[in-house]
Amino acid sequence: MLDIFPPDRTQYPAKKADGTLDIDLTSGKYLKLWQGPNHPGITGNMSVELTVCGDEVVEGKTHVGYLHRGFEKLMERRTFIQVFPIVCRVCVPEPDFNEYCYAACVEELAGIEVPEMAKWIRAMILEMGRINSYMMYLGGQAGALGQGVIGQWTTYVRDLMLDRFEELTGARIYHMFILPGGVRDTLPDGFAGRMEETLCEVEKTLKDVYDVMFCNAVFKKRTVGMGVIDPSWLEPYGVTGPNARAAGVAKDVRKDSPYLIYDQLDFEPVTGQNSDIYTRADVRRRDVWVSVDLIRQILAKMPKSGAVMAPLPNVLHWQIPRGETYVRGECSRGEYGYYLVTDGSGYPRRINVRGPSYTHAMALLERMIVGCNISDVAALMVSLHTYPPEIER
Amino acid sequence: MRELYARLKALYPLGELTEQRKNLAFVTVPAAHLRDTLLHLRDKEGFTHLVLLTAVDWLEEGQFQLTYLLNNRALACDLGLRVLIQRDTATMESIHDLWPTAATYQRELREMFGIDFPGSPRIEEEFILEGWNSIPPYRRDFDTLKYAQEAYAERPGRVTHDPETHMRLQMYPGQHPAGK
Repeated sequence: MLDIFPPDRTQYPAKKADGTLDIDLTSGKYLKLWQGPNHPGITGNMSVELTVCGDEVVEGKTHVGYLHRGFEKLMERRTFIQVFPIVCRVCVPEPDFNEYCYAACVEELAGIEVPEMAKWIRAMILEMGRINSYMMYLGGQAGALGQGVIGQWTTYVRDLMLDRFEELTGARIYHMFILPGGVRDTLPDGFAGRMEETLCEVEKTLKDVYDVMFCNAVFKKRTVGMGVIDPSWLEPYGVTGPNARAAGVAKDVRKDSPYLIYDQLDFEPVTGQNSDIYTRADVRRRDVWVSVDLIRQILAKMPKSGAVMAPLPNVLHWQIPRGETYVRGECSRGEYGYYLVTDGSGYPRRINVRGPSYTHAMALLERMIVGCNISDVAALMVSLHTYPPEIER
Repeated sequence: MRELYARLKALYPLGELTEQRKNLAFVTVPAAHLRDTLLHLRDKEGFTHLVLLTAVDWLEEGQFQLTYLLNNRALACDLGLRVLIQRDTATMESIHDLWPTAATYQRELREMFGIDFPGSPRIEEEFILEGWNSIPPYRRDFDTLKYAQEAYAERPGRVTHDPETHMRLQMYPGQHPAGK
C-alpha cells in the first residue's frame, strides 16, 4: 500500500528552495480541485483553486475577475455627480457604504458641510444595510453547513427591511440616496412606526435563528475550533471588522474613529474570544442586535425637522481643487474606505475602493485554507464574509 | 501629527506634510527610504495597519504616485506615504515581507498600472484580467472607448445618442440639436 498519508503532516508536501510547495501532480498523491465560480458554497462569483491530498487541502489560490467592470476607471471618465450613481454598484448586498464614503470624500475636498439631519439619516441607512448584509451572511453560513431553512427565514426579514428601504428611497437594492451634500429626502410619515414593526420581526427571527442554528449540535460540531484566525495575523493580514472582533480585538471604526453621529450613540463593539467559525457567526448575530438598538436610538434622538441637503455648486460644471483624502466606515465585513484624488478638474483623478474582502478573501483565506478538509472549505470561506465585487471593482 | 512629522523628518528626508484632517495627513517619501520609514512607523510609532496601497497616474508629469496608507488605531490617525516613481521605468521595492497582504495589492498594481515589484509572491500571475494584450488598463493613456471599439464587434441595429444633444432635444423640443 502506498504511504500517501505520512503521520507528520508538517513534512508534507516538501517546500522548494524558493518557498513554494513541491507539488507533482503526476505523482498521484495530489489532485487539483476548483471550488467555484459556480458552487453553492462559494461567496459570490469567485473561485478557489484547491490542491488536495486525500481530503485535505495543501494549497489554495483565490481567483477573482468574474465580476470585474473596471469601476475605478469608469469613475475617472465621469464628473463628480455622475460618479455618484455608479459607486453603489461596487457592492451589491451593502451598497450604502459606497455612497457614504464617496459622498464624504467629495464633501471633504470640496469643503461642503452636511446638515445635521442628513447625518442621522445616513447613519440609519448604514445600520439598515448592515442588518441586511448580516441576514444574507447568516443564511449563507447556515446553508454552507446544510441548514437551508435559516436562509429562508433571514431572507424574509431582509425582505421586510428592503420594504423600508423602498419607502424611504424608492429602491430596494441600489438606493442612491446618500449623495454628495446630504441625502435625497426626509423620512416619510409614519416611517418610525413601520420601522419598529420591522425591527421586532428581526428580533423574533434572530431568536429563532439562535435556537435552530447556534444551538444545533451539527453546527457546533463543525464550527467550534474550526478556521481559527490567530490574533497575531490581524495586523499583517489587515483583518478588520467581525473577523478581528471574534479574535478578541474590539476593532470597530464606529468606536475607534467615530464618523457621522456615532459618537452620540450608546453602544459597545461586540467581541468574541475563540476566533473560530462559530465565534465569528455569533459575533455577527449579536452585532445585528446592536444595529437594531442603534436604529431605535437614531429614530429617538434625531432632529424632527431640518434641511437634508447642503447647497451644491452647479454640478454640471463642478470642479474640485487638487487634493487627496481617505474616508472610512465600519461596514458589516470590516473597514470600508474610499481614497479620492482630485486634480482641480471636473473629473476625479483617481478613486480607490478599499473593501475588507480584498484582504480577507485573498491573502488571509489562502493562509487559512491550508490543512482544511474539503468539506469545510465552504463554511470557512463564508465565515470570512467576503463579497467579491469589492475585490475586483 | 506635526510632532510625528518632526520625529520622522529628523530621520528621513521627507517632503512637506499635507494635513488633510486632524487625523489624516500625507507626506512624500523618497523611494529609497520607503522601507525604513514604513518599518519605523510600524515598529516604533504604532502604525501597524496597512490600510491600502494604490497608485495614481500623473501622466502629465511622467510619474506614478504610490500611496501607502497606514493607520494607528490607538491614536485613531492615518498617515499616507506618497512615493513618486518614474512612469517609464515603473519599478518599486516590494513590501510583502512587512505586510503579507501587500502582495495582493502589488499583484493588482502590476496588472492594472504596469508597476513592477520584483520578488513579490506570484507577481507574474494574472489577478483579474485574463489574456490582456494592451497597455495596463488603469493608466491614464489607456482609452477604454477606443479599446472597446477595436476589441468588440458592433451589434447591428443599435443606435447611440450623444447624451448632451439627446437631453437638449428632450428638454427643449423644436430647438436646433446643436443648441444654436
